[in-house]
Amino acid sequence: MSNYVFIESRDPFESADTSFLADTAASLKKRGNNVTVFLVQNGVLAARRQARKSSLPQLFESGVTVLADEFSIRERGIQSGEFHTSVKTASIDQLVDLIVQENTKAVWH
Amino acid sequence: MEKRLTIALMDAPYEKAATTTAMRIVSAALKKGIHVNVFAYEGAVTLAMKDQVPHANPVKGTTVEQEEHPTTKEFVRSLLELGKSNPQLTWVNCGLCVDERGAINVIDGVKRGSPADFLKMASESTNTLVIPTR
Repeated sequence: MSNYVFIESRDPFESADTSFLADTAASLKKRGNNVTVFLVQNGVLAARRQARKSSLPQLFESGVTVLADEFSIRERGIQSGEFHTSVKTASIDQLVDLIVQENTKAVWH
Repeated sequence: MEKRLTIALMDAPYEKAATTTAMRIVSAALKKGIHVNVFAYEGAVTLAMKDQVPHANPVKGTTVEQEEHPTTKEFVRSLLELGKSNPQLTWVNCGLCVDERGAINVIDGVKRGSPADFLKMASESTNTLVIPTR
């Protein structure tokens, strides 16, 4: 079993390939890996409940952990009440902790 | 056991938010005592160019001092200061990319290397994060 950390920086409304990342993350989770998707920059726009094109529900159903960078959230004026309840906010420190774990693959998208 | 993180950057200054995020990761890692290697490739070799200067904003009518315009060389300098001993930040610019761009005059502490250095850094690190242009 491996750890996978996907860092999603892309806005789902601008980049259709964010769904490819969600498919990959969900597939890896189904194969028994620990998988985290860390949303950063415009990637946090997907964390809003009203974001219809978001692939996050697929990730939640698959058991993938979804974190959203609190700095990126503040920059974009997104309020905590707008979030999917399954999304947890996280600091960049937490991202560093995740990617320096042993047996971890970190992928930037 | 000591931890070491290698990050490959490719974007030129002021192009994408990814550069800022990368610098936040470098800063956070150093503050945690994690050694960091940065391999700057392609346009990212210009992040540390010494001749960068802040500017005023004639549209808003602000002076250089009022504008407080940040330059990427100052960000790199502050990270090198943070990682000057233990933990250590090693910042290597790709030499071929430097020559192509004439980006030779860089701030102190930035080294010149090749993709072979990146391979060595990656093989000696706890993990490697590549931040591509696309």
